[in-house]
Amino acid sequence: MDVFRIATAGSVDDGKSTLIGRLLYETNSITTDKLEAIERASQRKGIGFLDLSLLTDGLVAEREQGITIDVAHIYFNTPKRKFIIADSPGHVEYTRNMITGASRAQTSIILVDARKGIIEQTHRHYFIANLLRIPYVIVCVNKMDLVNYAEEVFTKIKNDFLKLSANLSNTQQQIVVIPVSSLHGDNLTTRSEKMPWFTGEPLLTLLEALPVPAAPGKFRMPVQLAIRPRNESHHDYRGYAGRISSGKISVGDAVTVLPSGRTSNVTGIHKNGVEQTMAAYRESVTITIADDIDISRGDMLVRSGEEPVLKPEHTAFICWMDSQLLDPVKSYLLQHGTQRIKAKITQVNFVQDTATLQQLAPAGGLKMNEIAKVSLKTAKPLPADAYHDNPANGTFILIDEFTNNTAAVGFFE
Amino acid sequence: MKKDYLKEFPRELEDEAIYIMREAAAQFDRPAILFSGGKDSITLVRLAQKAFYPGKVPFPLVHIDTGHNFPETITFRDKLVAETGLELIVGLVQDDIDAKRVVEETGKFASRNILQTTTLLRTIEANKFDACMGGARRDEEKARAKERVFSVRDDFGQWDAKNQRPELFDYLNGRIRPGENVRVFPISNWTELDVWNYIREEKLEIPSIYFSHERPVIERNGVLWPYSDFIFKDADEVIQTKTVRFRTVGDMSCTAALASTANTIEQIIEEVIGTSVSERGTRLDDQRSEAAMEARKAVGYF
Repeated sequence: MDVFRIATAGSVDDGKSTLIGRLLYETNSITTDKLEAIERASQRKGIGFLDLSLLTDGLVAEREQGITIDVAHIYFNTPKRKFIIADSPGHVEYTRNMITGASRAQTSIILVDARKGIIEQTHRHYFIANLLRIPYVIVCVNKMDLVNYAEEVFTKIKNDFLKLSANLSNTQQQIVVIPVSSLHGDNLTTRSEKMPWFTGEPLLTLLEALPVPAAPGKFRMPVQLAIRPRNESHHDYRGYAGRISSGKISVGDAVTVLPSGRTSNVTGIHKNGVEQTMAAYRESVTITIADDIDISRGDMLVRSGEEPVLKPEHTAFICWMDSQLLDPVKSYLLQHGTQRIKAKITQVNFVQDTATLQQLAPAGGLKMNEIAKVSLKTAKPLPADAYHDNPANGTFILIDEFTNNTAAVGFFE
Repeated sequence: MKKDYLKEFPRELEDEAIYIMREAAAQFDRPAILFSGGKDSITLVRLAQKAFYPGKVPFPLVHIDTGHNFPETITFRDKLVAETGLELIVGLVQDDIDAKRVVEETGKFASRNILQTTTLLRTIEANKFDACMGGARRDEEKARAKERVFSVRDDFGQWDAKNQRPELFDYLNGRIRPGENVRVFPISNWTELDVWNYIREEKLEIPSIYFSHERPVIERNGVLWPYSDFIFKDADEVIQTKTVRFRTVGDMSCTAALASTANTIEQIIEEVIGTSVSERGTRLDDQRSEAAMEARKAVGYF
């Protein structure tokens, strides 16, 4: 049974909340008491119809200010799949939220208002979907009802979008463009009768049918902790617990422990108390090995012969996420896998304008929501892969040692 | 209309929850599981057993006891503790009432639910817990939809919705200052249906009040209140015996009963799917206002 993760982003008023509300509504994911609550709220607002956007309306703190401040998680399922939506606001000042929401997504849904076409926000949303190499991008050209369901409006926007995406690097990404009206439900769960010229699938049919993307990369498992029961039945048991971030491993495989470089063979793979001969990407397991080697949290298990190059100097794209500016004098804690070590940004090479794709000269420290290409140095060599080879082993976060805030996320080149 | 639905538990959610529990064990000195005796916390216990097998579960169970429990829940709790060998720490709301740290509500709709926060924070401090795992899910309520997996609370247990650490990929940043603590939510991404499918597939035992039984109730505004010594009854209110079950395990004074004949997990799932009232809709504490949960979380509730 699959879990399919979706990131949504849109500008103010492009109908994103209504689109999500309608997906929930039409998959019977809303209970009567919640529906009644939004009916009452719709009436209070003086709206004559059921305002489905209210379903994703957030906290009192947000409503008071009329904004969405954070990533909200929304759940729905069909008999085929469980879906998790990470919904984030689309303003430029919320780049950090968009990246957070997109960080685990298999699909990005980008909304475009049919009356406005591609705008600066669309460029920004697509830049992020591309930077994070999200396998699928679904562009919903919304509010088709307001342009008389005209095919030429849709075709122009579609072509504009494909031109925009051609300027960026990730060619493995699959892009689908769909004309919809979230207010009226056209092409969301059923094919719209008003747009017979559109031959593609409606949004939900597509979401149910997209294959779960294959995870690239060789076997990598950051060790979370060692399990040593020291009880009578498992007197000498020593297992290494972790979640496989990429690839797969079998009993008998030769493994190398990084950073020490010691090698051994896998003697057992335990999952939830049951032994199995093989385990793969995303599974939480406990691995036992033949030799008594010192392994602890922060180490990484890889298959021998497939070791990443251990290096202390890196270049990476980062997105700054803290209200305190990046301070190049200060060191930060870099977390990669389960390891935390000191790191320093040695140079900000350029700041990326995500709309125009221009590379700007850095002006002082990085501000919250800025994306930049940086050079950095870590206190010890890291067993990282390049993000484009292995996304699961190619990311890191920076933690401010004094405030403990998560200050940045990065993608190794 | 009967809905067609997901009939299998997505195992990826179990891998994720086990990963989160292991992070809690590795990043904190003294983590604990908040245990209510409800289905979500029972699920946490099973996940913890799996996460550290063949080792022992490295967390005690903490029960914040309002004194208004369903007796069936306490029986269940004690049996589970005896069978699993886990340590149980109980924080009694009554102790805070006796010490006059909190004042009980009075009147027809009085509940001890709100008083739990003081007892919870006192228990966390007394035991020096730096991480408390809870069975809360983001699908329960909109304040929870924005909750982190590692949710940092200040010295006073408060949640600051606008100032949360971003959580990217699988990274969980549990670094805290002395005095702060973290609430950890391993089953954040599960829905009520996922929990029930898990309970069915894992054959977990749950307290008997989840299944249909006969019970004295009072009907108020269309809601069935379980009758007990803990609720005030107006002279004109009638006690009736009805066939009911409970969808959540809360206090006897604030958990509504559901007229139901479901007495197997399969029937409960059919009911959950076909049902038209969300889970929190049977919690009388949330109906007080639209923002009830958000307000309670801000001051340190679960």
